[in-house]
Amino acid sequence: MADTAFHADEHVDHGGHYSATGLSNNKLAMWMFLGSECLLFGGLISTYMLYRGRHSENLGPDQVWDIPFTSASSFVLLMSSLTMVLAVSSAVRDDDRNTKVWLSVTALLGALFVAGQVYEFTTFYREGLGFTTSLFSSSFYTLTGFHGVHVSVGIIMLMSLVGMISKNKVVGDKKETVELFGLYWHFVDVVWILIFTLVYLIPA
Amino acid sequence: MSTVTEQHNTHGDDHADHGLTDLGYIKIAIFLAVITAVEVVFSYTQDQLGAAFLPGLLILMAVKFFMVLLYFMHLKFDSKLFSLMFYIGLVLAVGCYAVFLATLHFFQS
Amino acid sequence: MAIIERPSDAVEVVDETTPSVATPESSYGVFRRPVETTGWKSWLFTIDHKKLGIMYGVVAMFFFVVGGIEAMLLRLQLAGPNGTVLSADKYNQMFTMHATTMVFLFVMPMAAAFANYFVPLQIGARDVAFPRINAFGFWAFLFGGLFLNTSWFLGGGADGGWFMYAPNSSVAFSPSNGVDFWGLGLQITGVASLTGAINLIVTVINMRAPGMSLMKLPIFTWMVLVVQFLLLFAIPVITVALFMLMFQRSFDATFFSVEAGADPLLWQHLFWIFGHPEVYILVLPSFGIVSEILPVFSKKPLFGYPLVVFSGAAIGFVGWGVWAHHMFASGLGPISVAAFSVATMAIAIPTGVKIVNWTLTMWGGKLRFTVPMLYSVGVIVQFTIGGLSGVTHSVAPSDTQQTDTYYIVAHFHYVIFGGAVLGLFAGMYYWWPKMFGKMLNERLGRVNFWFTIIGMNLTFGPMHIVGLQGQPRRMYVWTENRAGDGFFNIGFWNLIASIGSFVLALGILLFFVNIYVSHRKGTEKAPLDPWDARSLEWITTNPPKEHNFDRLPQVGHLDEFFHRKYEDRGSDGHHEFHQIATAEEVVAEEENNADGHIHLPSPSYWPILLAFSLPIMAYGVIYNVFLLIGGAVLGLVSFYGWGLEPHTAPEDDYDPPTGTAMEVAAHG
Repeated sequence: MADTAFHADEHVDHGGHYSATGLSNNKLAMWMFLGSECLLFGGLISTYMLYRGRHSENLGPDQVWDIPFTSASSFVLLMSSLTMVLAVSSAVRDDDRNTKVWLSVTALLGALFVAGQVYEFTTFYREGLGFTTSLFSSSFYTLTGFHGVHVSVGIIMLMSLVGMISKNKVVGDKKETVELFGLYWHFVDVVWILIFTLVYLIPA
Repeated sequence: MSTVTEQHNTHGDDHADHGLTDLGYIKIAIFLAVITAVEVVFSYTQDQLGAAFLPGLLILMAVKFFMVLLYFMHLKFDSKLFSLMFYIGLVLAVGCYAVFLATLHFFQS
Repeated sequence: MAIIERPSDAVEVVDETTPSVATPESSYGVFRRPVETTGWKSWLFTIDHKKLGIMYGVVAMFFFVVGGIEAMLLRLQLAGPNGTVLSADKYNQMFTMHATTMVFLFVMPMAAAFANYFVPLQIGARDVAFPRINAFGFWAFLFGGLFLNTSWFLGGGADGGWFMYAPNSSVAFSPSNGVDFWGLGLQITGVASLTGAINLIVTVINMRAPGMSLMKLPIFTWMVLVVQFLLLFAIPVITVALFMLMFQRSFDATFFSVEAGADPLLWQHLFWIFGHPEVYILVLPSFGIVSEILPVFSKKPLFGYPLVVFSGAAIGFVGWGVWAHHMFASGLGPISVAAFSVATMAIAIPTGVKIVNWTLTMWGGKLRFTVPMLYSVGVIVQFTIGGLSGVTHSVAPSDTQQTDTYYIVAHFHYVIFGGAVLGLFAGMYYWWPKMFGKMLNERLGRVNFWFTIIGMNLTFGPMHIVGLQGQPRRMYVWTENRAGDGFFNIGFWNLIASIGSFVLALGILLFFVNIYVSHRKGTEKAPLDPWDARSLEWITTNPPKEHNFDRLPQVGHLDEFFHRKYEDRGSDGHHEFHQIATAEEVVAEEENNADGHIHLPSPSYWPILLAFSLPIMAYGVIYNVFLLIGGAVLGLVSFYGWGLEPHTAPEDDYDPPTGTAMEVAAHG
């Protein structure tokens, strides 16, 4: 699609659109959004770090954590990042079938992670750690809750993408769309990398 | 990868220049899993590690963070502009919140 | 009286046989995609950055009047001793809502109006990178602002100050729903700002016309770019704070409850990490406007353009390191106070650089004191006064006396009103002919200007004095006893300030009168280039055609328009400019070489629907979970509708009335 005569080839991005840098608008937008999310999760993490010691004697992090369990769900989320990369790789090769397979596996692993979170939280709750029990609990549930919502939104997005690929209703560049969903998913994984270490593995 | 064929040589070359093969990604994933396992071991052997515990753990965390960022998210192979966008956010977040915690004497024992 | 005068030879002229509304197919068998180009639907579903800019401006001016009335009530209450205009509770609500309205619902959206309208024009683009997101942002702002203000009718406005310190803003001390409306309303407008920031940054980076390198960007666009980065990274911080406040108020979380072990400074830190970049968000667009206007009316290029750019970026960057200067009296401790004090002094430097550059732009220039020029010079003078009091705040020991007194109120009104607001009015007068095809009346504009300047100085000048005399902020009443001895006591200056506020109000009223007078039947159309301007947005008709440029311009210079009109025939660094083309000739050249294919995205109703779901959800949080669910369903449906909608309507759906062939194609 020719725009005008002086749109040099270097300035055409992969979708065939003219841009002053040759980069995709959508990809630039996603990276900026992820940059801003650093400030969001940074605020939640620092509030948690400030408040992690403010709890009653027997309901602090060291008493409540189940490290083996959380390690397992961390591993699950980490593997979902791998399957996401494989989905992007399939999309790049125009392999719709495998793209959908890997996207679905990613969503499944994500759902497994969320299920693990739900199990973990209900266990904590039954042990007496409610949302308003202490500052430690409020900030913990808020931080991990925000993360869990991000994961859940990601799962819905991934499954929607699978549906859209099936019905051939992806608007715009399909490869790029898969890639951008991937960026969001990896970021959510990266936040968990921080949370797992800072929240669970550093003792009070 | 590209629908405009004039400016790229071949798809095969693209893959080599622009990131890893599927096998490469799998290797990184295994590496990340191993690091995670080491982190967990760290958390159980905190006393033996002594003063090396916290810095060690944080370094492992950072290694994982950047491996996902640079390889899985392709930042190493993409335009520096994307890196700029993200790192501005990261630096501002780490900077402001570290100062914030410092003013509240968080880092003092 | 049409607000927008369309040029008579516009592409939009419809021949009788072409209906103004196409008869499109329906999408998904339910609702057809909106494609109207005239009438109310063309505004409701528009994604055109110019229409959105105008709507941002109209709504912002509406909220300016609302915030102004709130201010007048405050001044009426404080005009004399033992005031009975407002009770203590109402007073708290009034100053909270006045500030919230002015900051979030007037200055920010007014700057957004100019940014939306002019950034694409200044960089030679046809629209922004994400037009539907742009539309969403406007509607989210409108609905969020309206939602926030319904608090007045639903139990009372927020009453914790615009900075809403917690735990004072928790339910125990602010039991009405006012704070909830405030928190949720700002979350909604915050989404608008965040998405707008992403949109404008991508637009400026990726959609510049060929030849326009970053160091050839018009200076207004540069300042807007810096502001968008500030918004991008500051909005998430207040988002965190607002969520925690809402969790405290709605679910009894104890984030800010000191008796439960909370840190009393948590809110303050989070709010001001946002809040300090926020004040640069408020003022930098106006700095950009002034930097555009001064060169035009000095007939000289902006002095030290690279320095103005870098100082803008420096202000944006260093602005992240000074937030705790709002907390000098909060018990931070000497080390923190000293560090933030030094950082605050440092930020005066790039600001000072700008003042110097503006002054040197005017120095030796051929000055024309049109109304935009008057306002711009006003900005320099008034902002400098505000900056000087600001420098006194940076010295922590003196700030410890000044803080929470009217001395601070004086400072920020001088920098916000004197800096940001005067700059916005300068922009109004300067760009009015471009946007609406008519000039605002110069004589009336001068009266408008002087009443505004005199009014503002009468209102805020005395506040320096009463502040140092000891009048605290947020004090709903004063007595003769508190007013102190002597004739020129607190009472006297409060009366002067209140009188000043009426003079100021009259000045603002004159602005609206000017709009009316200038658009009456029979007023002349504006010339194409009334000011002999310099930048790219002037290489268009007044107002611009829907597609902005007939041909996307090839840019060779900073101040491209100027260089197309004037050729430098000097030598050895000596400049001698000769006119080689009139503005009309420059524009005609573009029209005669119009692009064959022009890509424009199509209107859509998903943005307004998605935006509408937000206040519904917000009411749901306060009142009823079913509202929350209903709103969420609408939001979800809108997301999917949006995601599945092609960027442009199918060819047979969208049949623009046209003189040139306009081919629709996917773009953004």
